[in-house]
Amino acid sequence: MPAVDTPLLAAQSLSKRFGGLAALGGVSLAVKRGEIFGLIGPNGAGKTTLFNCLSRLYECGSGDILFNGHSLLQVPRHGIAALGIGRTFQNLALFRTMTVLDNVMVGHHCRTRSGFAANALRLPFVRHEEHATQEKARSLIRFLGLDALADSRVADLPFGTQKRVELARALASDPKLLLLDEPASGLNHEEVGELGVLIREIRDRLGLTVLLVEHHMSLVMSISDRVVALNFGRKIAEGTPAEVQKHPEVIQAYLGAA
Amino acid sequence: MDIFLQQIVNGLVQGSIYALVALGYTMVYGILGLINFAHGDICMIGALTALTVAQVLASMGLPAPLVLALAALAAVAVCCALGVSIERAAYRPLRRAPRLAPLITAIGVSVLLQYSAALVWGKQYLSMPELVKPSDIEMGGIHLTDLQAFIFLLACAVMAALLWFIRSTRAGRAMRATEQNPDVAGLMGVNVNHVIAVTFLVGSAVGAIAGMMVVLYYGIGHYFMGFMLGLKAFTAAVLGGIGNVAGAMVGGMLLGVVESLAAGYIGDLTGGVLGSNYRDIFAFLVLVLVLVFRPSGLLGERVADRT
Amino acid sequence: MRHAVEHWQRWREDPWLRQLGYCAAAAVLIALPFVVDAALGRAWVRIIDVALLFILLGLGLNIVVGFAGLLDLGYIAFFAVGAYSYALLASPQFDIHWSFLALLPTGAFVAALFGVLLGAPTLRLRGDYLAIVTLGFGEMIRISLNNLNRPYNITNGPQGITLIDPLAIGEFALNRTYTIAGFTLAPVHSYYFAFLACAAASIFISLRLEDSRIGRAWIAIREDELAAGAMGINTRNLKLLAFAMGATFGGLAGGLFASFQGFVSPESFTLLDSIMVLCMVVLGGMGNVGGVVLGAALLTALPEALRYAGPLQQEWLGEVYVDPSDLRMLLFGLALVLMMLLRPAGLWPSTLRRRELAGGEEPRAGR
Repeated sequence: MPAVDTPLLAAQSLSKRFGGLAALGGVSLAVKRGEIFGLIGPNGAGKTTLFNCLSRLYECGSGDILFNGHSLLQVPRHGIAALGIGRTFQNLALFRTMTVLDNVMVGHHCRTRSGFAANALRLPFVRHEEHATQEKARSLIRFLGLDALADSRVADLPFGTQKRVELARALASDPKLLLLDEPASGLNHEEVGELGVLIREIRDRLGLTVLLVEHHMSLVMSISDRVVALNFGRKIAEGTPAEVQKHPEVIQAYLGAA
Repeated sequence: MDIFLQQIVNGLVQGSIYALVALGYTMVYGILGLINFAHGDICMIGALTALTVAQVLASMGLPAPLVLALAALAAVAVCCALGVSIERAAYRPLRRAPRLAPLITAIGVSVLLQYSAALVWGKQYLSMPELVKPSDIEMGGIHLTDLQAFIFLLACAVMAALLWFIRSTRAGRAMRATEQNPDVAGLMGVNVNHVIAVTFLVGSAVGAIAGMMVVLYYGIGHYFMGFMLGLKAFTAAVLGGIGNVAGAMVGGMLLGVVESLAAGYIGDLTGGVLGSNYRDIFAFLVLVLVLVFRPSGLLGERVADRT
Repeated sequence: MRHAVEHWQRWREDPWLRQLGYCAAAAVLIALPFVVDAALGRAWVRIIDVALLFILLGLGLNIVVGFAGLLDLGYIAFFAVGAYSYALLASPQFDIHWSFLALLPTGAFVAALFGVLLGAPTLRLRGDYLAIVTLGFGEMIRISLNNLNRPYNITNGPQGITLIDPLAIGEFALNRTYTIAGFTLAPVHSYYFAFLACAAASIFISLRLEDSRIGRAWIAIREDELAAGAMGINTRNLKLLAFAMGATFGGLAGGLFASFQGFVSPESFTLLDSIMVLCMVVLGGMGNVGGVVLGAALLTALPEALRYAGPLQQEWLGEVYVDPSDLRMLLFGLALVLMMLLRPAGLWPSTLRRRELAGGEEPRAGR
């Protein structure tokens, strides 16, 4: 049993190369339980690469990732959700022909067990499981204000709404850690404000830890407890939003040499 | 040793034909990301067109070289028209559709072509009139006819011409640009639709030539001949690295040789259990092995994982 | 159209009406072979039997292509495996005569095994490559069946295996004609009921799967494999499961086919047959169970309707220009092309799903 103060997620000297390009060069960070952790950096800094390494979409060249003290490197891609890590995607990866409800129900897949035979025959425990899954999905849909759209095909929905569907889907797996990949991209000013409130609510009400990659500076700075800044695949600053914002290297990275 | 070399020579000639057909597959795949299932059947139509024209002209008593030239011209013309129209009517509307759609359409076009051919030419085997009597070339114990040499050299010439076209001409540059990124190429002033049409045109033209080579070499044509030819040529394209023109050549030759050797020696290798009647399986086996173990092929680039 | 939809909705909701509907449907289905026999002749009953087999095939491929999105162009190979398994174990070929109770599951199981074997190498392949590889596998199986008569005669090569035992329980064999209370029970009738039971079971299972955790997982894989993995779906295992289950349906259909026809040869299992089954799934709207049933029925009836094309051409044009079987293939090709261009969602009108109805909304188009 890991100690209470063990970080929920820890990256240790992560490196990743694409051909000859070093996208990540020995990045380490630690996300504490219950905090909202921001990851920023200019374009090409390696944020998305790091993010994808953490969620095991990419294989890392070297280094280690510890979730609750246990290494993730041997965990197959489909085992991540079961461990308690949920994620959203930058350009949305919804199941387009399915309804909102079905999408969110898929999110709950890792918490259910019924197999082919059980489902083909619709055994009693399957009916029970289906009901529970639907209930869970509906409550999340309510939480995110998507009630009226539960039976709509996601492909027909506006972008901002689709983002909320993806959020609901990620939450459906009862994660301990939520990885958000540029959640504010494509949202207007008002929607970003709502998003900020929502993320805080998710942390406070559902007791989750949140790691978000974001370009939208005011969002990150306003809701994050701690922030890490990357540039050229390396960590250049770490600390509270205020500290990072004032960090000379960070300013230089974004605005060029002073 | 002689048998071994003979098999290789035969394999290279057969492989030249595969290479020519493979070009069509590889170019279309490079630009559209689509396996043009119907390509083999376009070659078939070219073959049968050439055959019919040759039959008609030969019976009119025209000299052999003229007959062959006109037959080739007819085949190329028909196939180009066919290839471009198919692209326009069946594939262009589906350019943004999910991957399954154009694939299914291509299958439909393939079936359509086969049975239209059956309608026009019937289902029996058709014979090519004997216009050239291939003469033997002495090559130290190996049997080689001038026709075989011609096919091989023709394939090399076409390949070289195509490579030159793609690397050194404006149109070729436009093709490469479209292959990399059609949207950006369009923004740079490339008429993407035009480029794609030209790709189909060239692929079909070369395919028509290949078809004619087949009927010249084997002396017969049949409405269903495009199927196996197409599949094997596709295998060759994948083997060499799909999207890569030089790869089509390498893949074609290699496949021809492998097939030839395998068919020749399989009886000995398996103690008579498997015979050369399993010849067609070798191509499939190669295909499966390549796609599973090295999908980028011999000359292709390693395809990076999607983000 | 709106009114028809509303009536349908009301029918769906009212339990009494539903029971009545089911009873009526059952009665129709039971009487069907005899009615058709009397009205149109025994040949048409045979067509219905074949259609039921194709429904089985279509539903099997629907799992692979429709649900999981794996374009399998060699699907007919599983049909062949099932048919030949049955043929080898219930015919004079080796003089083994198992009962169908052991045979059909064995055939289905062997087919499932092949499904896993053939599916395993394809797991990392993208759509088009997957299609080609499966096509290659299908052809390899056909060529093997055609050539496994030397040096040891296993499959009897191109001549195929004849004199296959019919389905039989003890003395009651499905290929004999019986007279019961004035009714004539011909083989086509008996087989109809056997096939109907299997088709009904497969429809039942398909519908169950569609609206289940596994079905959703398959569709998720079809829509976005990466995201599906991130949701905890073991894409490798589920793809293998799709192949295996699709193959099982195919294998079962194959065994039934062998017993029905009494004879199998590699000729029945070509690429064009794979394409035809694909056509059924495509026409019906991929993933749509009702649509696949409709597609299968249509595509089985079509060649029969086209049989009249021969004499019709004779009448109108004085000569048969187009062989009806060629005409059928021409139309298949055309159908595939047109479907993709005009109505990729399938012929079947939009599925009226329970939840959409419950919400009182207008049903959404497509699926």
